[in-house]
Amino acid sequence: MELLLAITIGIVVATSVYLMLDRNALRFLFGLVLLSNAVNLIIFAGGRLTAGAPPLIPEGAYAPVDVVANALPQALVLTAIVIGFGLLAFTLALVYRTFMTLGTVNSDEMRIAEPRDKRQLDESRLGMGKADPEHPATGQEAGI
Amino acid sequence: MTDDYPKVDRVMGGPAGWISIAFPAVLFLYFLGLLPQIVNGPQVHGIDWVPSLGVRFSVLLDGLSMTFALLITGIGTAVTLYSARYLGQHPQYPRFVCYLLMFMVGMLGLVLADNLIALFVFWEVTTIASYLLIGFNADSAKSRRSALQALLLTGTGGLVMLGGMIILGNVAGTFELSRILQMGDMIRAHPWYMGILLLFLAGAFTKSAQVPFHFWLPNAMAAPTPVSAYLHSATMVKGGVFLMARMNPALGGTDAWFWILTIFGGITAVFASVMALRQTDIKQTLAYTTLMALGSLTMFIGAGTHYAIVGAMTFLVVHSLYKAALFLMIGIVDHATGTRDATVLRGLWKAMPLTGAAAGLAALSMAGIPPMVGFIGKEFMYKASLGLGGFGAIWVTVMIFAASALMFVTGGIVALKPFRGELADTPTPAHEGPWPMLAGPLVLGALSLFFGLVPGVLGHYLVGPATHAVEGEVHEVHLYLWGGVNMALILSLLTFLAGWLLYRSHESIRARLAAFEARNPIDFDAGWDRVLDGFKAFAAWLTGLIQTGSLQRYMAVTFSSFVVLVGGTYLIKGAFGDGLGLATASVHPVQWTVLALIAAGSILVVWTHSRMTAVAAMGVVGIGVSVIFIMFSAPDVAITQLLVEVLVVVLVSLAMLRLPYLPRRSRASFRAGHAIIAAGVGVVTTFLTLSVLSTPFDRRLTTFFETASYPEAHGRNIVNVILVDFRALDTFGEITVVAMAALGALALLRGTARKKES
Repeated sequence: MELLLAITIGIVVATSVYLMLDRNALRFLFGLVLLSNAVNLIIFAGGRLTAGAPPLIPEGAYAPVDVVANALPQALVLTAIVIGFGLLAFTLALVYRTFMTLGTVNSDEMRIAEPRDKRQLDESRLGMGKADPEHPATGQEAGI
Repeated sequence: MTDDYPKVDRVMGGPAGWISIAFPAVLFLYFLGLLPQIVNGPQVHGIDWVPSLGVRFSVLLDGLSMTFALLITGIGTAVTLYSARYLGQHPQYPRFVCYLLMFMVGMLGLVLADNLIALFVFWEVTTIASYLLIGFNADSAKSRRSALQALLLTGTGGLVMLGGMIILGNVAGTFELSRILQMGDMIRAHPWYMGILLLFLAGAFTKSAQVPFHFWLPNAMAAPTPVSAYLHSATMVKGGVFLMARMNPALGGTDAWFWILTIFGGITAVFASVMALRQTDIKQTLAYTTLMALGSLTMFIGAGTHYAIVGAMTFLVVHSLYKAALFLMIGIVDHATGTRDATVLRGLWKAMPLTGAAAGLAALSMAGIPPMVGFIGKEFMYKASLGLGGFGAIWVTVMIFAASALMFVTGGIVALKPFRGELADTPTPAHEGPWPMLAGPLVLGALSLFFGLVPGVLGHYLVGPATHAVEGEVHEVHLYLWGGVNMALILSLLTFLAGWLLYRSHESIRARLAAFEARNPIDFDAGWDRVLDGFKAFAAWLTGLIQTGSLQRYMAVTFSSFVVLVGGTYLIKGAFGDGLGLATASVHPVQWTVLALIAAGSILVVWTHSRMTAVAAMGVVGIGVSVIFIMFSAPDVAITQLLVEVLVVVLVSLAMLRLPYLPRRSRASFRAGHAIIAAGVGVVTTFLTLSVLSTPFDRRLTTFFETASYPEAHGRNIVNVILVDFRALDTFGEITVVAMAALGALALLRGTARKKES
């Protein structure tokens, strides 16, 4: 089972990386969702797989009687799932807002902070050479 | 220069002024009181500073550090007294005092430190204070440039030196100088000796402005005059000389040491003397004579014989006395006449007799004329150079002869010519300076005469102990004014003759030097600008290369690095086979199905160009994962995963109402490069997971939670207990993250609503 699970994790990771390399921010977002699933699985599997024995202490006992599943990675994954969800919700809002403001979800067309014209970048960013008074700053043109 | 600011009414600089004068004066008296003990032998005191790194704050009191400490505090008193009058009404005078005292503390720490790391820290303090002081007239672009140049050059040298210190500390097994200095033979024989030496000298040469790092020093004259007098002649630039003298018992005495120091020192001395003749601004002339002095000191520390060290230590004191006096004198002249141009100033003697007297005493010492102490310094340097063997003797003698003759000329230019003859017209009518400004130069000039007349005092209290410290062993030191007719005396007389001849024709020499300089293509200062420009262009090029502004590129670089670094480690370690032995026999058909569903779902997300299909496929993956959680005994995780998965699908679907469609899939939309990177990351992740799973498992933590869960936290669901009890802070952090994400999303979404309304 472990070998198969590892291969499955590899497939999920590969697809999520391929999606995250896309310039479409929505596809990037899908990649993010898949990646957090894959990572959760890795953490979970890292605590070893135990079938049919949840980490519970029976009534009357002070510790689990038989061997039970590893509780620690479960607690970590629980936290990770919730945080992953928070990350996704925020990123989704960001993509949404970006589309409303810029009218695109193509990351190559989001150029306010890093303009395509390299010279403009060098001069305005690094404070070198003569600043062009006609194009003083890069952020103001888009009005945000 | 000093008159074009709004004046603030302060008597002698106000409280800041009084404090700044009292501080060095009290310390000077304190060190003077310690002097008789130190003459008998060095002392080490200290406390641990960073014990884990072996850094101690310890002071080494020996002749060398005492000589420097007395110069720093003594000249410091003269300079602060002078500044209180010179700059006391400047609006930013208190700030100036802060910088100056910061420098003074740094310099004292530098010379007194017994720990290499502490020495480095104080070394950097002087660099930073020097930067602030050179750039004190911050509204002048020239000041700012000079300040930055000095900072970058001496700062870089300091960092290089730190490398040398760390290597030396490792070689010697200690950072305590008092112990390192005992290990000279071991260090000199060590294979890393050459590296240590070069790194140390990089620091010393930049700080003490040896050619080819000399150009920052003349530029540093952009600082107010008291600063030039203090930092850039008497104290800070001697930091490098101090370091070489200090390290002499550990690093000195080898051929490399001898030749590097004598050659660089000699070239610096003569080059600087010639450049001094070229200048018309007296302050610039003096700046170059300082370079000459630093070159000579370097040369003689390199020469390393007993007489050379005695000569160097004598000249160190001699130079500090006369150079500080001359700089302060120039400040008075500048203040009184409004110019520092050697071709304009004439006949100041009648208007400024006291200034003239101070200048005369100092210049006589600089020219090395008896009975001034400068004569003794020069005699000992000649004696030392003649005592060297072979080519070294010729080289050092020629260099010191040329430098001394040129020094004679410069002494005449700065202190004789401006005071002789008829009073010339100057921007403001010449008048005598006030007493706080005159006190320093007069006392320093008088000391030059006093030590010349009573050389035994200088020899017994300062030069002797300092020589012991530099040589690392005790030799008798006897300074004298009259040593009989010998080769050194004859050379001295020849020096005077050559100097007098040169002085008579120095104006035509200056004109010729100016013409030569105009044609000379080698300009270190311009070269510095080119180096900086090149550096900036390189930074811009590199930034353009890395910061392309394309998110895709960043992601590709990040993922490729992961593949190359982790995959490469696997290749090197040959660890790919680690997890392949894990049994696959006991896989239940249900498990097969779930895993196949997860894989198929994620592939479908990539494959589809329909947003809804993608969202549904993501849901399949998520639910598949939660089924795995259920199968392997994690019901709580599975429930959470299910809830979150539903929420994700709902949220993304909601967003889809507004967001654009995915682009249609086409042959062109497949990216082979991306697929390769993605496959690489997938494969490496699989192997990583397998490696983790095939490593023996350490259950200690888990056992702790299992046994402590009920007795300590009274809970039977161990996962819950961990979340709300043992790792409650973690959970609190998690809640905070989610709350922040919600707030952030809210802010983003509210912004859009308002925008639409308007």
